[in-house]
Parts: sequence; C-alpha cells; structure tokens
Amino acid sequence: MMSFWKRFSYNRGAVIGLVILTFVIAAAILAPILFPQSPWKMVQRPFLPPFTQDGLLLGTDALGRNVLAGLAHGAYVSLLVGLVSTIVALAIGVPVGAAAGYFAGRIDDALMRFTEFFQTIPSFALAIVLLAIFQPSLTFVIIAISIVSWPPVARLVRGEVLSLRTREFVEAASLSGLGNLQIITRHILPNALPPIIVLASLMVAQAILLESSLSFLGLGDPNIMSWGYMIGAARTVIRTAWWLSFLPGMAILLTVLALNLIGEGLNDALNPRLTRKSE
Amino acid sequence: MIRFILGRLIKAVFILLAILVFNFLLIHAAPGDPAAVMAGEAGAADEKFLADLRARFGLDQPLYMQLWLYIKGAVQLDLGYSFRQQMPVAEMIGDRLPATLLLTGVAFVLSLVLGVTAGVAASARQGRWGDTLISTFALLFYATPLFWVALMATLVFSVWLEWLPGFGYSTIGAGYTGMAHVLDVAKHLVLPASTLGLFFTAIYMRMTRASMLEVSRLDFVKTARAKGLTRGVIQRRHILRNALLPVITLAGLQAGQIFGGAILTETVFAWPGIGRLMFEAINQRDYNVILGVFYISAAMVLLFNLITDVIYVIVDPRIRLTT
Repeated sequence: MMSFWKRFSYNRGAVIGLVILTFVIAAAILAPILFPQSPWKMVQRPFLPPFTQDGLLLGTDALGRNVLAGLAHGAYVSLLVGLVSTIVALAIGVPVGAAAGYFAGRIDDALMRFTEFFQTIPSFALAIVLLAIFQPSLTFVIIAISIVSWPPVARLVRGEVLSLRTREFVEAASLSGLGNLQIITRHILPNALPPIIVLASLMVAQAILLESSLSFLGLGDPNIMSWGYMIGAARTVIRTAWWLSFLPGMAILLTVLALNLIGEGLNDALNPRLTRKSE
Repeated sequence: MIRFILGRLIKAVFILLAILVFNFLLIHAAPGDPAAVMAGEAGAADEKFLADLRARFGLDQPLYMQLWLYIKGAVQLDLGYSFRQQMPVAEMIGDRLPATLLLTGVAFVLSLVLGVTAGVAASARQGRWGDTLISTFALLFYATPLFWVALMATLVFSVWLEWLPGFGYSTIGAGYTGMAHVLDVAKHLVLPASTLGLFFTAIYMRMTRASMLEVSRLDFVKTARAKGLTRGVIQRRHILRNALLPVITLAGLQAGQIFGGAILTETVFAWPGIGRLMFEAINQRDYNVILGVFYISAAMVLLFNLITDVIYVIVDPRIRLTT
C-alpha cells in the first residue's frame, strides 16, 4: 500500500488531480448544507455580475438564480452520474468480456459481434435517440450513458482474461475442481483488476463529459441543476453575460482533467513495469 | 481484396439491419401510441387523424408485417414523414448531409495532420519542455467539453475580436457566387471545423506520441542507427511509417465519435448539417427525423470504416485479409 501511494504521488499531475477532485467532492457533499435553498429559486435580480454582492459570490443567472449554488449542486449531479453510470457499465462490460475471453470459440464470437455492434454505431447519437424517446430522467440519463460506454470494458476484460486463462495458477484451480464461475471471479478477475481500475477512472471522466453534453442539448433531467444545463441555458445570452457559460464550463474542464490525471497516476502506480518501459 | 471488401460490406449490411430493428422496437417501446409518436403529437392528436395515420402507415397490421414494411421502406431510403415539417425525412436529411460531410471531413483531415505532426514533434523531444507543452495542450483539449470550446471560440473570435463569423453556413442575403461564395463558406467553416478538430487532434497526438516511442525501441531502429542513417530519416522512414498503423486503426474507430461531436458543433454554430437537424428534431420531439438521422449517420460511419480498412490494407501489406 505504501509503495502504491509512493508511485502514485511520484506523478505530480496525479496529485494535483487528486487535490482538485477532493475539492469537487467537498463541494458536492456540502452543497445541501451551504445552499439549503433549491438552486432553481430566484434570489436576486437577473444578470448580477460575479463579485459584486456579498453572499452571491458568482452573481446570478438570466432568471436571478444563484450561480454558485448551481455550481455546487451541479457538482453532486456530475459526480453521481459519472460514478453510477461507470458502475453500471462495468456491470455489463466485465461479465461480457470475461465470458468471451474465458469460453472462447463460438461464445466469444457472438459476444464480440454484439460488442462490435455497439462500438460501431455512433454512440452519442444513440444516447440522444434513447433519451429523446423515453422521457429524460436522471435514471434514464445514467442508463443511456452506461449503454454507450460499456464496450471498451468488455474488450479490455476479454484481452486480460484471454492472456490469464492459460496461466498455471488457473490450471491448478481448474484441476482442484473449482467451477468456471469460481475460477473467473476468484482467480482470473482479481489479477485483471489494475487495468480495469485505470479504465474506470477514465470512464467516470467520459461519463461526466457525456452527461454535460446531453444536458446542454436539453436532454437532461428537467428537475435537476447540472453544469451542462447551466451552459445550455446561458448560451443565448453569451454576448451580454459570457461568464454564465464560462464558469460551469471551467467546472467541467477541471473535474474531467482531474480524473484524467488521476487515471494516469493510477496507471503508473498499478502497472509499474509498463511505466518504466515507456519512460 | 474483393472478397475482403465484400465480407465487410455484408457485415455492414447486417449492422444496418440491426439498427433498423432497434429503431422499430424503440418506436413501439416509447410511451404512447406509435402513430401518435410518429406524428410527434403524443396525446394531442384527435382519434380520426390517428386512425388515418395507422391505416396509411400500416400500423393496423400485425407487428412482423410492420417491421417488414419499415425495413423495406428504409432500404429504399424512405425514412418516413416529418409531420412537423410536412416533408419526407429522407429529403430533409439529403438537404443537410453535404454540410455535415464538409464539416466532418475538414475537421478529420485537420485533426489527423495536426495530431500526427504534434505527436512526432513531441516524441522527438521526449521529456523536454517542448514535449511537456504539447502533451499539456493535448491533455487540456481532451478534458474540455466540445460544446463549451465552441461557445468560447464564438465569444472570443466572433463577438470580441470580430475576426470570423460564428454563425451559419454563409452570409445571408449576400448573394455571393463562384469564388466569393467558396471563400464565404470557408470563412464560416473555420471556427466549427477547428473546434471539432481540436478534440480529435488531442487524441491522435497522444496516440502518435506513444506509438512513435514504442516503435523507436524496436531492433530495426537500432540497426538503422548503427548503419549511420540520420535522425530525421530514421524518424520519417523507419519509425513514423510503422507508428502510423495504430493511429489509422484508431482514426477509423473514431468515425462515430466525430459525428457525435458534429451534433454539438453544428448546434452551437448553427451549421445547417444533419447534427443541427437532430438537435432541432429533439426540441420538437420529431421522432422520425431523430431515428432517420441516427440511421444515416450509422451508415456513414460504416462506409468510413470500410474506407479506412481498405487504406489500412494498402498501407500495410502484412495484414491478412480476414473478415
């Protein structure tokens, strides 16, 4: 554990990423305490510029809503969607990939065709189609994002399982009479974990980008304040109040950047051999 | 080669058929009467109008017959009717497709050229400040929401600096013809194409850099160095040629992503392509148009994948022609 932390913190970018992410998580947790009022509530006159009034640090938007409160509540939504949709995508991708890699042959063929189908079709358009036809709610946003983001997991897990399943410890487990399911879950998958963790951290970042793009187009949950929605709503007033689009965009940029940096740090820490090779 | 292309074509046809079945099921899974869904008037239309619709589109027939009619129509490029615009969907998409192809084509070439150049430059300066600078830029663009870059680009280059138009395809009412029209469109294209391109530049740059570094450690590069070839020749003729292969593969896989980006870019810049059409259709709940754009974009992506596959085989004769 100590050496993990040492290798992780050796990557300066990863430490910066961790600091930023901690800040975003704190904002998300503290949002309901610091801003107990609904972020949709009108608190002042519209278009109040930032740093002009005490208590409204970042001013108000086109409908007089507190921008800082919106950002804090948006942090919660972004992190929630990013995390949950990644977990759901893993729950689809890991079994598909593991079964394909372990059983090989026809099962592998069929499962990989299925994966390829989802990888070929334009994923963002697919997410739009799903959300346009079913009424957009937070649950459906998460489902749509998971459906378009599981194929890379399946491919990665399949590759890992393929290379692990002929190893001696797997043969030993098989000879000792363990069933397929136990071999996969207890012996193969734990060894495939490091690259999956790295991929998962990058998937959270991608999911946050995807969620913001969908809410920007007006396909988010209409009852939930999110960063993408804030930019979409401020789009028409960009000439007069550019900061209303600028601030939520910076929030997305910093969060996604932090997650990408952490992903690189995790990669250094969990795959030490790989890193040394590429240095 | 012909067998290889044929195999790929058959696969593409199967994927398109699967998308059609998927679309069909979605219409029927949507809350409400399919006729009402197709008319985009869930709950509002009167009963006689819906009955007419059902008869007209065969919705009173059994489900498998409907599926057959739907696929038959789509194969003949009949993508249904937009009741909002009072126009066949195929015609609407046909009008808008050239603008999207222009935007995505220019953005793709731009990102590939810029990305590979920057990647080669970064790998040649590995670990020095030039590398750090290029890699930092790539990391930033990779993490930035595309629609936000588009908005900020409009703000800076169109609203503040007034260098470039940030809106539309050509100057409305200017009536340019010939060369003047081409220049006018090109001016309007600069911002959308570079915003769309920059995100992918970041991806190709990272891939090229990693791939160059990996190939440069292989034995044949050592041999070339031992022969006394200059650094530049080794970089170009020995490393780059081999390092490009994974980049081409990735570029082929990214076709769908570029279209996704085009939806956002076209929305922000009011670029009259099928991405913007999809955005307008979302706001109007015009389902036939949304599904039609989805189908056509998938067909475009498959075509593009086929082209990259062929290029790949030409660039690298070692590839076995399996389907």
